[in-house]
Amino acid sequence: MSDKVLLDYGSGGKASQRFIGELFLKNFDNPELRRLNDGAVLSVGARIAVSTDTFTVDPIFFPGGDIGALSVHGTVNDVAMMGAQPKYLTCGFILEEGLPISDLTQIVESMGAAAREAGVWIVTGDTKVVQKGAADKIFINTTGIGEVIIDPAPAGDLARPGDDILISGTLGDHGLAILSTRQGLSFETPVKSDCASLNHIIVELLQTVPDVHVLRDPTRGGLATTLNEIAIASGVTCELIEDVIPVRPEVKGGCSLLGLDPLYLANEGKFICILPEAQADAALKLMHANPLAVDAKRIGTVIANEKPGQPGRVLLKTGLGGKRLLGMLEGEQLPRIC
Amino acid sequence: MSLELLDQFHDPDLCKSVLKRLEAALTGPLRFMEVCGTHTVAIFRSGLRSILPKEIIHLSGPGCPVCVTHESEVNAFLDLAENPKVIIATFGDLMRVPGSKSRTLKAAQADGARVEVVYSPPDALKIAAANPDATVVFLGVGFETTAPGVAASLKMAKAQGITNYRVLSFHKIVPPALDALLSDPDTDIDAFIMPGHVSAIIGLAPYLPVASKYGKSAAIAGFEPLDILQALLFLAECKRDGRAEVVNLYRRVVRDEGNAKARAIMAEVFTPADALWRGIGNIPGSGLEINDAYAAYDAKREFGITITECPPLPGCKCGDVLKGKMAPNLCPLFGKACTPAKPVGPCMVSTEGSCAAYFKYQVD
Repeated sequence: MSDKVLLDYGSGGKASQRFIGELFLKNFDNPELRRLNDGAVLSVGARIAVSTDTFTVDPIFFPGGDIGALSVHGTVNDVAMMGAQPKYLTCGFILEEGLPISDLTQIVESMGAAAREAGVWIVTGDTKVVQKGAADKIFINTTGIGEVIIDPAPAGDLARPGDDILISGTLGDHGLAILSTRQGLSFETPVKSDCASLNHIIVELLQTVPDVHVLRDPTRGGLATTLNEIAIASGVTCELIEDVIPVRPEVKGGCSLLGLDPLYLANEGKFICILPEAQADAALKLMHANPLAVDAKRIGTVIANEKPGQPGRVLLKTGLGGKRLLGMLEGEQLPRIC
Repeated sequence: MSLELLDQFHDPDLCKSVLKRLEAALTGPLRFMEVCGTHTVAIFRSGLRSILPKEIIHLSGPGCPVCVTHESEVNAFLDLAENPKVIIATFGDLMRVPGSKSRTLKAAQADGARVEVVYSPPDALKIAAANPDATVVFLGVGFETTAPGVAASLKMAKAQGITNYRVLSFHKIVPPALDALLSDPDTDIDAFIMPGHVSAIIGLAPYLPVASKYGKSAAIAGFEPLDILQALLFLAECKRDGRAEVVNLYRRVVRDEGNAKARAIMAEVFTPADALWRGIGNIPGSGLEINDAYAAYDAKREFGITITECPPLPGCKCGDVLKGKMAPNLCPLFGKACTPAKPVGPCMVSTEGSCAAYFKYQVD
């Protein structure tokens, strides 16, 4: 193989075959993929959950992870949030001509490692190579298939007044890690992405604690945006207590420097769990025993809307005892002038 | 400053004790204006606004640099963005500011304009060095806070021999705007909270006429809830005692004499000029133009940009909001025709705009 991705590698010819064998098959190896058919034939339980996501993150390597690990964690988590155990992934690569093979190898290796850790097989895939400039280094699409273990599954429209709102850990780590790498900023305490597969802890939670109403991973748009989506879908008000929302001091500091709000930054290894108050302690106990959720906190409660028919919203009780809206952002957060 | 120390400035117990003293000092309504968008946001975000005594009436002044950037100036940089030889370098706040016919830099970027969001002027200089075939124009929008950094980038460009870097200066300075506001017979303001960052540059002296000429009190304050509460307490006590004073309550950052070095850099590159403020109009001597010594770096000269006042956007009451004459939610467009998704005026688009803060944070 050359040390750079060539257009030939996407041609379907011998170069493609070598490329797939030496790189992808080696790292993703499993009996289904080994057959190198056009697709995969799978056995899954009666009901399946499916989710797809495309990963275009820039930079492709960042503290705490890379685009490869992220493309596994992200889709695994989306399937898990549907109340399912992820079993299989498919993956599609769009590669820019000239991408160093060493970068691609590192990415594919970390995808393989992430898949093994999550216990999923990458069963079929596709690679396309496009001309230089037609894509930015590497884009990855993954589709996940999981076996539904709880039916009906937790869903965004099931939050009910009286429920507690739990978060599995600190917020904003991934978003700030990406932004600061992109801007070439470094902080005294380095900020690392939290990207991780949450399927094992989610399955354990669903099998141990009954009656989980909502499970969501607050990725793009962060906690604030995801909770607004839930509040609107469920027609309820989410009331949060600012002081207990976990944010690392270095993330808080970095955000205040850049004029960003950690509650709107992406997370890639955290989940929101909304469930009846009576179950909250059991859920928190389980979460605290897992390294992925040691910082889990009860951050608020679901209450009925003040006026019937009002759209759902999120309120924040501030440390001073004041109250304000925690709304949805219009677009991405933009660095400010002063 | 360490984060731990900063934490003390939003300690709930300390804040509550100052709030109690503030309540006791009030003898009637206190109409205060903060002249800085960062204060506006801090007052809303901390929840302070929802716990202030009813007698305190909060007005947001012309202190968000994006909000006071005139439509004509916005149109000028949007026109410039269409030039295929130009890369616009800008702070992020300006990306969504609408010019005439709802044009924005964001939309221009999607149409192929070369627009780069930067965190500081030296970043723009780096873009210039990396793109010798293009002219990089930094949009110089901001007050005394940002002007010294922009001036420094021009000095660096000169020293490093970077010839494809230009600044489009729409900088504005605060004291003439305060004067214009206070001499307007329609404004009804008892007291001011002065901007922390701007004051770090200009110091205390430029505010003295607020008391000596207009008989109002003013406090330079930091941005934490305790800073703001202490400033309000001082302003309420002044009103109760019938005195007018200007004081610096942000000593951990602001020296009374300001920052002479930063002012010297500004003076080396800029010269005061008239400037258009959105909703207010022309304020003599309130702008900063690039002086003759740096003429070669002046985007206005290079591209023949002249600013002529265009009519305000129909129905937009940003001017009244900026002068503290109208609360954001009383503007007929607020939340209806004008929302962060489709802002009519800049007070709704900027993160530090009073309309956006009201829309985003106000519970009722």
